[in-house]
Amino acid sequence: MMVRITINGQMLFVQRHTPVLQAAARQGIVIPTLCYHEALKPYGSCRLCLVEAHRNGRPRLVTSCNYPAEDGLVVFTDTERVKSARKTALELLLARCPNVPQIQRLAQKMGIKTSRFYKKQDERCILCGLCVRACEEMVGAGAIGFAGRGIEKHVNTPFGLQSDACIGCGSCTYICPTGCIEMVGEPGPSAHRKIRISDPDLPPCGQEHRCETCTTNQQFIEEMKEVIRKVRQVP
Amino acid sequence: MPRFSSISELEDYRRSILAKQDPKTKVIRLCDTGCRAKGSPRVADAVEACLNEHGLNGRVTIKRTGCQGFCQIGPVMVIEPDNILYQKIGPQDVPEIISETVLDGNVVDRLLYKDPETGTKILKEADIPFYGHQTKIVSKKTGRIDPADIEDYIAEGGYSALAKALGTMSPMEVIETVEASGLRGRGGGGFPTGKKWRSCRDAPGMVKYVIANGDEGDPGAFMDRSLMEGDPHSILEGMMIGAYAIGAREGFIYVRDEYHIAVKHLSLAIEQAESLGLLGKNILSTGFDFTVQINRGAGAFVCGESTALMNSLEGKVGEPRAKYVHTVESGLWDRPSALNNVETWANVPLIIERGAQWYQDLGTDRSKGTKIFSLVGKVRNTGLVEVPMGVPLRSIIFDIGGGIKKDRAFKAVQTGGPSGGCIPAHKLDVPVDYDNLKQLGAIMGSGGMIVMDERNCMVDTAKYFIHFLMYESCGKCVPCREGLKQMHEILTNICEGRGKKGDLDLLESLARFMVDASLCGLGGTAPNPVLSTIHYFRDEYRAHIVDKKCPAGVCRNLFEYVIAEDRCNGCTLCRLKCPEDAISGEKKKPHVIDAKKCVRCGICYNLCKQEAVVIR
Repeated sequence: MMVRITINGQMLFVQRHTPVLQAAARQGIVIPTLCYHEALKPYGSCRLCLVEAHRNGRPRLVTSCNYPAEDGLVVFTDTERVKSARKTALELLLARCPNVPQIQRLAQKMGIKTSRFYKKQDERCILCGLCVRACEEMVGAGAIGFAGRGIEKHVNTPFGLQSDACIGCGSCTYICPTGCIEMVGEPGPSAHRKIRISDPDLPPCGQEHRCETCTTNQQFIEEMKEVIRKVRQVP
Repeated sequence: MPRFSSISELEDYRRSILAKQDPKTKVIRLCDTGCRAKGSPRVADAVEACLNEHGLNGRVTIKRTGCQGFCQIGPVMVIEPDNILYQKIGPQDVPEIISETVLDGNVVDRLLYKDPETGTKILKEADIPFYGHQTKIVSKKTGRIDPADIEDYIAEGGYSALAKALGTMSPMEVIETVEASGLRGRGGGGFPTGKKWRSCRDAPGMVKYVIANGDEGDPGAFMDRSLMEGDPHSILEGMMIGAYAIGAREGFIYVRDEYHIAVKHLSLAIEQAESLGLLGKNILSTGFDFTVQINRGAGAFVCGESTALMNSLEGKVGEPRAKYVHTVESGLWDRPSALNNVETWANVPLIIERGAQWYQDLGTDRSKGTKIFSLVGKVRNTGLVEVPMGVPLRSIIFDIGGGIKKDRAFKAVQTGGPSGGCIPAHKLDVPVDYDNLKQLGAIMGSGGMIVMDERNCMVDTAKYFIHFLMYESCGKCVPCREGLKQMHEILTNICEGRGKKGDLDLLESLARFMVDASLCGLGGTAPNPVLSTIHYFRDEYRAHIVDKKCPAGVCRNLFEYVIAEDRCNGCTLCRLKCPEDAISGEKKKPHVIDAKKCVRCGICYNLCKQEAVVIR
């Protein structure tokens, strides 16, 4: 069923329940996101895609990545309320991850110089859940997930152990917007390639990486890194 | 036990149970749930042994009930039919009770409750002010019946509401009755229950679910627990009626696993109801099928949020999801689901049985019925209280609660758990209902009430709740996870004397952002403790930030203990108990505290009978 919605004064017809973010993109309206990927189910955690939605007369902030279009919906993507909320969300992320280029770039774009908040950390993971969802929804492995809750939440393999569920495909490293998952090579066939979360160092090798398989693995990792580097350089 | 194949068989069974009962039989009611912490199982064993000894088995019965409400004086024992209440019983008191009261009909004076106001001893349960000022409706059976025995529940009129609904009402009539009663969700949000059921019934789909939320997680709240432990059948009956109304055939009860007595009693209740044919296929030959399953939660506070609870039921991580499509349309396994708090479910049988008008007459304009509160903190009578909506806070805290311990000054009451707000003394006369509490910056929540006196620091209190939420948030969305972390940092700075001038503005702006931008209700209400304390106790925040003083004497970096010379009688108690040897002085002469050695543990402050230790 097609429904009529209005975004920033522009009227358009979309399929009912189309996420507002996609409808806006069709109109050429760019909404910032960190945890959204068109191939994955929306998660709604980064809150950067907040927009002001008016339905039944009551304006409220909603995440456009998963807000479904209904007939008569009126959306504004750049009101003061929206801008200020997005800014605060990014300030909070900047306090968490001050050294992540992606966050720094977004902050610069929004005109944020420093975060007003005191507690400064040096995390790389923003807990957007892209890796977890890619692993589950696209790869079908479900090798990583969220562990802990509240401020202790983190991405990990079950019980923090090396898991056979991981097939070493590298999807998580590819999709991670902040580069905090790296591939780690190990002597042995390629199925033994593992991911390492929030720790970019390679483990020490007793053979000093001299075996043939290891060299191959090393090459693969270097290639992967090069690919990732190229992908991330594109704004 | 029989298996009922019709409504009349259930009624016959009820009559046969009642015919067996002799109104003159002495029944000893002893709380076997909450009072366990104070040793009630040993008392119960002693009673059983003593009854055996006197050969009274069969003539006198002991009933292990759920919570009777007055936790402060537990273990509590009531002897029917005269309803004599004995307080703080130990196993050593049992032989005397049996020989004096049960056999000879005399009263054991020393075990009676003493009114702290008048000093008179009170004989009967109903005459104690704590009980006298309450209106027990939903919690009436809790503490009166044996929760492990379905016969007891049926004898008290149990399952007659189910029979009425199945036998004489259409599902729409049930929904209309609940709508007309004005019942609102007891879990905190206060959404009209009838409206929720109607939306769920109207939602397309063949398979629908009813869910009971028993994941009570607020610190200091235990009303849902007491219902599940003390009257599990009421919840089941309510769920059955709700399932019949919306067209569901499966129900789930989500209970936290720490409540193991609740899990045990609910499981037993389901088992007994199944064996009587009250659960299962073709219940009472009306063609209505319904089964209930218990799911145990692992104790995450956030799993009390409806969508997080459903994720958890599905076996996923207990994280909330966006509710842009309501759970009554797409809830558990994306099917229409009606989720209500256990207290809401327990209200349903009463409404069906006595009618919407009876319920309408209780409470205020927009909040109907009664509400159970758990009254804790610096109040004399702690325990569970049930009052009609619209009763002023003052009446709950002073008439039922008996006022503040040690006659100190009342400072604030925190309602609604960590997501609630602190209400100050000058708002005590506001009638308690959903809308008034919201207007005061607090929430009804599930009904926790933590009373605080002049020795509680409000900044510290706000910090405590934010600390709780910081670890209990699911951590999914940025405003809640990162916002709480920063809020806690700011509050810690203020409490430790590092508060800065712009801190209050920063707190308020962060709080507004969290209310606006959080994914679920937890994040949206999390700033309430901060906002309400800033609103009502701004001076106290200023004292911390500007003067670097904690007037209540809680934040250790911001005050000093000194001994008031004119009040100290030199009893030496503080000097002897001080772990740091910071107090010096001769007998019968004023003592002195060495501020450099003092670690502000507060031992002297709490010990001094002359109240000579003061805060500066």
